[in-house]
Amino acid sequence: MDFRDYYKIMGVERNATQDDIKRAYRKLARKYHPDVSKEKDAEARFKEVGEAYAVLQDPEKRAAYDQLGSNWQAGQEFRPPPNWDAGFEHRGAGAEQVDPAAYSEFFDSLFGRQPGAGGGGRQNFRFRGEDHHAKVLIAITDAYTGAKRGISLRSPVVDSDGHLRMKDRVLNIQIPKGVKQGQKIRLAGQGSPGSGGAEAGDLYLEIEFEPHPLFKVHERDVYLELPLTTWEAALGAKIRIPVPTGSVEMRIQPNTSADSKLRLKGKGIPGEPAGDMIVTPRIVLPQADTDKARELYRQMGEQLKFNPRSHFGIITDE
Amino acid sequence: MNDTMLTGSLLDEMENMTLDELAGICSCKTEWIIELVNEGIIEPRGQSQTEWRFTGNCLLRTRTAYRLYQDLQINVAGIALVIDLVVEVNALQARLRVFETQ
Repeated sequence: MDFRDYYKIMGVERNATQDDIKRAYRKLARKYHPDVSKEKDAEARFKEVGEAYAVLQDPEKRAAYDQLGSNWQAGQEFRPPPNWDAGFEHRGAGAEQVDPAAYSEFFDSLFGRQPGAGGGGRQNFRFRGEDHHAKVLIAITDAYTGAKRGISLRSPVVDSDGHLRMKDRVLNIQIPKGVKQGQKIRLAGQGSPGSGGAEAGDLYLEIEFEPHPLFKVHERDVYLELPLTTWEAALGAKIRIPVPTGSVEMRIQPNTSADSKLRLKGKGIPGEPAGDMIVTPRIVLPQADTDKARELYRQMGEQLKFNPRSHFGIITDE
Repeated sequence: MNDTMLTGSLLDEMENMTLDELAGICSCKTEWIIELVNEGIIEPRGQSQTEWRFTGNCLLRTRTAYRLYQDLQINVAGIALVIDLVVEVNALQARLRVFETQ
C-alpha cells in the first residue's frame, strides 16, 4: 500500500489553517468536478481530493495523520505503525457525505471502514451502493448494426471477514442499434452492491465513437469529406463513395461548388428518424508541375475568362 | 464471469417516470426534485405533482444537479446556471469536433 500525501494532493502546507484547507478544497473541487471539468482524469482527481479533504478538514483525523510525521513520501510503501492512532477518537464520516466506499486502501488502513461503508457488523446503517460510470468505445459501424461489448468493472465488496476487497467482474452488454455519440445507457442494479440490505447502485454507460479516419458524426448525421477534381465538380460525375456499412454510388451534379453540402437522406445512423449522410466536396487542384499541366492551366485562363473576384468591385486593367 | 447478456435502457428514450421513481433512482428526496422543477432545471410533462412524468434526460440532469449540490454546495439557481453552461459548452465542442477537420 502506498503512502498518500494529503497535503500535497490539496496543494497546501502542513501548517495550513482549516480555512486554507477549505479554500483549497473548494477550488480543486470546482476544477475537477466530473460534471463540469474538462480535465482528463477529473473523476480520479476529484475522489483523491475528496479523500484528502475528509481527513484534513476533521481536526482529529488531521492530528492523527500528522502524527505519522512528515518524512513519508507520496507513493512510498506504507504500513501504519502499531497503535499509531492511540488517543484519537474518530467520529466516522466527515461533514461531507461522500460515499466512503470510494476511499483508498491507505485511508481505510488509518481510519478503518467508516460507518455506513458496509460490513463490519454495523447493520444499523443502510448505504445504497455507489453508481458506476463507464465509457464504452464503439465503432461507427456498431451504431448501424448494434454491438456486444464485455465491460470490466472494479467494485469494492466486503468479504466474510468484514474486509474490503476490490472485485473485478465482466458484464456482457448489448449496445442497441442506432445509438448516438454521448448517449447514456442505464443498467439498474449493476453498480456497487449496497450495504446493510440497501440496494445496489446503478451502472451508467456513456457511448463514445472511436475516431474514424473518414467519417465524423454529429447526432445521427455522418459527415464525409469528398475530394473532387475540378473537372468532376464542373462537369458532374458518378462517384462511388464509402459509407459506414459499405459504399454507394453518388451522382455529383455539374457545377458543384466546394461550399455545397450534399445530403444522402437516411444514410446516417439508423433511428426514428434516421440520420443523413452529409457529403462536403473538397475540390483538389492538380499540381502544375509539368509543361503539359502548365499549358492546360494557361489555356483555361485564356479561354474561360473567369474572375472569381468580381464581387470586389475593383476594375482591373482589362 | 457472467454470461448473460444485459440490455440497459437508453436514457433519452426513457419516459414516464413518476416523482417517486425519479427520487428513488437518484437517491434523493422528492422535495429536492420539486425544487428543481420550480427552478426550471427539469421539466416534467403533466400539471399536478401526481401527474408529473419525467424522462431519462430529467434523470441525468437531476443526478448532475444533486452531485453539484452535494460536492460544491451550489444552490438551485447556481445549479441551473452551471447546467445550462455545461450543456452549451458540450454542444459547442461537439460542433467543433465535426467542423475542425473540414
